Amino acid sequence: MAHLKQFDLAVTTLREVNHYLHKQMVADGVQSVSILNPDGAHSLACGMNAPADIEIDGHVGYYVAGMNKYASVTVNGNAGPGAAENMMSGFVRVRGFASTSAAASARGGCMVIEGDASTRCGISLKGADIVVGGDVGSFSGFMAQAGRMVICGDAGDALGDSLYEAVIYVRGKVKSLGADAQYETMADADRASVAELLGVAGFKHDPAEFRRIASARKLYHWNADANQEY
Amino acid sequence: MTTDSNEHSAGHHGHSHLSREESATLDRRTIDYVQRAAATGLYEIRGLGAKRVVPNFDDLVFLGASLSRYPLEGYREKCSTRTVLGTRFAKKPVELAIPITIAGMSFGALSANVKEALGRAATEMGTSTTTGDGGMTREERDSSRKLIYQCLPSRYGFDPDDVRSADAIEIVIGQGAKPGGGGMLLGQKVNPRVAAMRTLPEGVDQRSASRHPDWTGPDDLAIKIRELREITDWEKPIYVKVGATRVFNDVKLAVHSGADVIVVDGMQGGTAATQTCFIEHVGIPTLAALRQAVDAIEDLNMRGKVQLIISGGIRTGADVAKAIAMGADAVSIGQGVLVALGCNSETYVQDGQHVSALADYHRLGTAPGFCHHCHTGQCPVGVTTQDALLEQRLQPLTGARRVRNYLKTLNMELTTIARACGKQDVHHLEREDLVALSVEAAAMARLPLAGTSWIPGYSAPTM
Repeated sequence: MAHLKQFDLAVTTLREVNHYLHKQMVADGVQSVSILNPDGAHSLACGMNAPADIEIDGHVGYYVAGMNKYASVTVNGNAGPGAAENMMSGFVRVRGFASTSAAASARGGCMVIEGDASTRCGISLKGADIVVGGDVGSFSGFMAQAGRMVICGDAGDALGDSLYEAVIYVRGKVKSLGADAQYETMADADRASVAELLGVAGFKHDPAEFRRIASARKLYHWNADANQEY
Repeated sequence: MTTDSNEHSAGHHGHSHLSREESATLDRRTIDYVQRAAATGLYEIRGLGAKRVVPNFDDLVFLGASLSRYPLEGYREKCSTRTVLGTRFAKKPVELAIPITIAGMSFGALSANVKEALGRAATEMGTSTTTGDGGMTREERDSSRKLIYQCLPSRYGFDPDDVRSADAIEIVIGQGAKPGGGGMLLGQKVNPRVAAMRTLPEGVDQRSASRHPDWTGPDDLAIKIRELREITDWEKPIYVKVGATRVFNDVKLAVHSGADVIVVDGMQGGTAATQTCFIEHVGIPTLAALRQAVDAIEDLNMRGKVQLIISGGIRTGADVAKAIAMGADAVSIGQGVLVALGCNSETYVQDGQHVSALADYHRLGTAPGFCHHCHTGQCPVGVTTQDALLEQRLQPLTGARRVRNYLKTLNMELTTIARACGKQDVHHLEREDLVALSVEAAAMARLPLAGTSWIPGYSAPTM
């Protein structure tokens, strides 16, 4: 039976909570942690390095679940900038909105944002999956290198600018595509990907409503008469 | 009229030196630049740092002890070089035997053999080495007792396990060769291992971001630093590295953001690949940057609490001594270390034998002493390459011995100068021990011109 541990950030300091999660939780056999009154705290449950279910009741500041490994973190509220940045594995769910740079540079695992995500969602993405229930702001997927982004709502300007090998699926309107991003035909594998991620997130949309955006790969090399002789 | 006629006549016969007069505006270098631009439609990209002449540490000299100061016995009396970095907030500061560290250079720019050689040399000398824009390799972690882990805008290969295994974290805002620019690694060097570490397609011309993906500006930086402290449970020092531009303000902001150590990289600092126009025309000289950085730290009354590392064209023990006397706690060396490994040498060493690399320099259109072709990945001496054959030209043990010898020499020069100035600890060197040889250096370093009490542009506060 999973042991439950509860913290109240109105009583316990952030440093103590994080220290417990890093250094004591596994030894105590705790697999479930509930955190109350986060009150916009930054860096909550960052640097997790063990499997556990962490549930945060309230809004959090910057870098919630930053660099997460193994843990499953749920925020019952909104998240500030850089939520789940550089996540390696595990699962992060934000039930409200997420501010800028959600899942920035994340290398693995999955992030679900039930509300809207602000600008630069999935910037420099390196292999993680992101599902956004609402809209995403401008420059989302900027320089995304690997991984998948599913956007159920609309996207702002310059979506997927300078994409590498990451793939973006959008259901709603796209204000504009960024440099080197292009619409591509949805294949069966794409519909399967979207269906899989919608299933993980628990969103009920038809994968056929999504469009695929990927890199035209025209920026992979300097395009000049130089013939690569630089 | 008579003169014109004479000149015309001389020119006509082709004997006047005036017919071979080079234009200062369109000199041969500029003509070559314009014609190259016309041929390629692309700016020149190259390695290493600024080549132009700028005021530097050679423009300063020490006032050795004589009657007004006692020197120490040069070869006998103790002169400590111990250096501690990160004493402000970190539970485990970085303790070094010498104030000379190895600068951040990426696996990708350098081969794994080179990273291993640097780690071995640094470990032998009791100092630290630093990762770069491409993640931490096993070779460098295993060979380096003290390893500083860089957190760069690209975040290539950035891994919390490496954060936890590092001895300090260095958040890179910029570098002296290209303040305001992101990393660059041309396709020739993006081999399968480099590509996998960076999550990039093989052979892509990698142009990394110039801004961090998850923070913007000093207020965010303060929060980012706290995240790294939380992840490491406040154990590891956090360095912040800036390329030298508005150094006084940048250093103050970095200190306010909570950095333990500030690294300032001047314009002579090297790069593996950057636009020449960037290398030569953006950023300020290391000498000027150092003075501004020290002023900022002193202005905040943080001397001794926040440590300062200066880099960018530090080559000799005298450079190190001057940097420390001006107020740095340590220096960081990149290019000097590469040269020690054999960069720009006529030969490379294979199992103790020197082998000529001249033909390979020639193939690159260059020669030893002039080579800056790090960007091509075809380094004739196997230092800045990812080529499976070329990288064998640098054998880790040989490289380690050369770098160790170089660092040892610098340290001996440093202590020689410190003893001559009467210091039992190199960190006791002070600005009062220095004077400048040129008006420019005097103004930038705010030191008196030698033999005078004149500091250009500075009036001492009235008594």
